Amino acid sequence: MSLRERLRKVWQLFLIFLKIGGFTFGGGYAMIPLIEYETAERRHLVEKEEISDIVAIAESTPGPIAINSATFIGYRTAGVPGSVAATLGVVLPSFCIILVIAYFLRRIMDYPVVQYAFFGIRAGVLALIVKAVISFWKRADHHVFGWCVMVLSFLWAAFTDWSVILLIALCGLAGFVYCLVREKGGKTP
Amino acid sequence: MIYLELLFTFFTIGLFTFGGGYAMLPLIQEKVLSHGWMEMEELTNFVAISESTPGPFAINIATYVGAETAGPLGSVCATLGVVLPSFIIILIVARFYIRFKSSKAVSGVMFGLRATVVGLMASALWGMLGTVFFRSIPLAWSFLLHPEFLCSAVIFIAAVIAALKKVNPIIIIVCSAAAGIVCGLVFL
Repeated sequence: MSLRERLRKVWQLFLIFLKIGGFTFGGGYAMIPLIEYETAERRHLVEKEEISDIVAIAESTPGPIAINSATFIGYRTAGVPGSVAATLGVVLPSFCIILVIAYFLRRIMDYPVVQYAFFGIRAGVLALIVKAVISFWKRADHHVFGWCVMVLSFLWAAFTDWSVILLIALCGLAGFVYCLVREKGGKTP
Repeated sequence: MIYLELLFTFFTIGLFTFGGGYAMLPLIQEKVLSHGWMEMEELTNFVAISESTPGPFAINIATYVGAETAGPLGSVCATLGVVLPSFIIILIVARFYIRFKSSKAVSGVMFGLRATVVGLMASALWGMLGTVFFRSIPLAWSFLLHPEFLCSAVIFIAAVIAALKKVNPIIIIVCSAAAGIVCGLVFL
């Protein structure tokens, strides 16, 4: 690949992910169809079959799914410069919009009407989190081990002031050991 | 120094967030609330703002907390912090992702993490329920008749029904805001 062609690819990646970052609401999973359309169907930067692999990797590595898939696709397409361009592209729209909002929010928060609006919004937003908990619950594995981890994690995080990071590390370890033991017993999880 | 503290705190948050979005709320509650950078009520407000603006929640909250505590440079540090762990780890994984994909260790760890994320999100919800419904109301049976509680409860139940019927989150937020204004002007 010539330098010129490579620069063109990097710039293209930046623009594609700028668009993805600027036009998806709700983040994460909402972005996947758009990423698939823009990178696989329209521009053939990655194969369509690769998208499900990319999602699986984005899910099993830490950090937001949008960042993970942008970095991954950027790297596969144009190396490290490509990954920087794609990640910067996906971050930039949110960053600019929130910066503007942060500037104005403090100034309008004193108006009673705005306070009332946020009073309503806070109650409404809980519903969105209820929905997110339900959809994560549906996607989790359903068996005794999983249920125990869910309940214990809830109790740990909601009613103790023990570190959440320690909890996450312990649950990862527990899952690893559980799968190892089950496999020795001749079953695959 | 505040900039390094923001960078480091959000680096930790990025490093230990799996599943994206609200799975990171308990960690944010622990880290950001304990630093005094934000209050629970502000965090709940911000979830709504993040839902109504494009982009991932992680980036939105990092930018906002950074800007609120240390201005534009603060938001650069916090956003960089939350992005860096993903970026570095993906660059490593992308080199040998076939092996990563079929790794039994990774699938085992993920097996445990998928379960803990559900419990973590439920606990974030639990904390927010407390601040939304019992914010300024003494805990006695009479709170059930308090107008603030009743308004919140009605908006919450209506929004849950709408969310389960897959109504667009932005419409839910706009309607909740309108309902909040009406309740505020009439009852509070």
